[in-house]
Amino acid sequence: MNVYQFSSPATFYPFAGWLAPWFAWSAALLAIAGLWIGFAVAPTDFQQGEAYRIIFIHVPTAWMSMFIYLVMGFWSVLALAFNTRLSAMMAQSLVPTGALMTFIALWTGALWGRPTWGTYWAWDARMTSELILLFLYFGVMALRNAIDDPRRADRACAVLTIVGAVNIPIIYFSVQWWNTLHQGASVSLTAAPRMASIMLIGMLVMAFAAWFYTIAVSLWRVQAIILERERSASWISALPGLAGALR
Amino acid sequence: MAGAGMSADVDSGAGVGAALRWSVERDLRLALRSRSELGVQLMFYVIVVTLFPLASTPERMLLATMGPGVLWVAALLASLLSLPRLFASDFADGTLEQIALSPFPMPALVFGKILAHWLTTGLPIVLLAPLLGIQYGLDGTALWIVTLSLLIGTPILSLLGAIGAALTLGVRGGGSLLALLILPLYVPILIFGAGSADAVRAGLSASANLSLLGAGLLIALVGAPLATAASVRIALD
Amino acid sequence: MMDFLAMGGYGFFVWGAYGVTAVVVIAELSSLRARRRAAAQLAASMPHSEDLP
Repeated sequence: MNVYQFSSPATFYPFAGWLAPWFAWSAALLAIAGLWIGFAVAPTDFQQGEAYRIIFIHVPTAWMSMFIYLVMGFWSVLALAFNTRLSAMMAQSLVPTGALMTFIALWTGALWGRPTWGTYWAWDARMTSELILLFLYFGVMALRNAIDDPRRADRACAVLTIVGAVNIPIIYFSVQWWNTLHQGASVSLTAAPRMASIMLIGMLVMAFAAWFYTIAVSLWRVQAIILERERSASWISALPGLAGALR
Repeated sequence: MAGAGMSADVDSGAGVGAALRWSVERDLRLALRSRSELGVQLMFYVIVVTLFPLASTPERMLLATMGPGVLWVAALLASLLSLPRLFASDFADGTLEQIALSPFPMPALVFGKILAHWLTTGLPIVLLAPLLGIQYGLDGTALWIVTLSLLIGTPILSLLGAIGAALTLGVRGGGSLLALLILPLYVPILIFGAGSADAVRAGLSASANLSLLGAGLLIALVGAPLATAASVRIALD
Repeated sequence: MMDFLAMGGYGFFVWGAYGVTAVVVIAELSSLRARRRAAAQLAASMPHSEDLP
């Protein structure tokens, strides 16, 4: 079997359609298991009370928000280096979900911070970097929407994504640098409470749920992108039950 | 074979120098022809800096604290304002297309344009900074450090900004889109730049900040012309 | 049950976090569903030429 075969949208479309439900159902089952561990099994934290249960979504979405940008960077490099349509479409399909994960991480972080540290928002290195990451996602989305020609938008977004990916570690480092310089002014968020292993397990299960959710959603979205772009290609008309299958 | 390769290398080396000089000279000449526009951009910088004390307080201690940050934010905004000019007119009248078709290496030509852009917009900002810093009650060392940080930092603004300017060429909502794309990428420069004067005021050495800014300049000098050249080609396709 | 909803006094924060997460995830899934349906209808209504790849 040839791997390159899958870089053709015509071959990838049915494969994505077959793969997506598996990931979606796994994500749903993992989320149920994770929530059950998070709410029923994990004990109340002796320092933070029940408020700590927010980390079961906060930490996994924060991980995903950064991971998705890196994966976008990977697809963007492939798209520019080999000029493959599918790589650019994969990068495009991840952007909204990446922005969503970043937003959830920020929102839940604020709601966790209020009872735990006494403030919704602190100019902490991680929170500030996460906010700038959200702006980077919005930038890629806005550039995509502003360019009519999809092939030009593919390559312009790929350049922007790569520049952003190179910048993310620098941004994180600079914000941390700035934060230590002004340490007296802000709350010290460095004291991480010890975590019971059952909490860690719950968090990991939720992280896998978020990961599989992202894969499922991005596969479904890439199918929509393929249909939008290649709608007049002949292989599309050969798809069994095109309108019916998606009802 | 080896000899032919060598001579080709020498040729392209000379080509880089010639391309660079040609594009710097051309853009400087064009910029001098539209001096009033450059003056307006500089006035924008001065006025933004003037607004901050009016918006907060004329108290000297506070002004001296926020002075370097204000100078830096104003420099960011002024650079953003001047960036669309970098490629727009050459794109509109087809010059950019001819440049792309010429045998000269594109990154060198683009780098020449960025250099000219910095000389006409970044350098005046640096030269004005000590004067505006005095308005904020910055004294001695802090004043020179913030000027030095602008001297190292404003070229990075032009280099990074050029990528955004090329990506948004002929695109809907150019100016505000450019701000959304570029301002998040400016964050480290802002932090290290404004932080250098803060470090001095806190009684620390600014050398770490300035070295990091210098490292950023080196990275941008290598990466940005390549990324900008690629973006210009994408816009021309 | 009320104890569970109260979350030891942190109900607002915990359910605020989980509630908004649920809302945005459902919003993404439903907008994706709408997009897929629109794309499929558009593709189904297109005349398909044989010369395009």
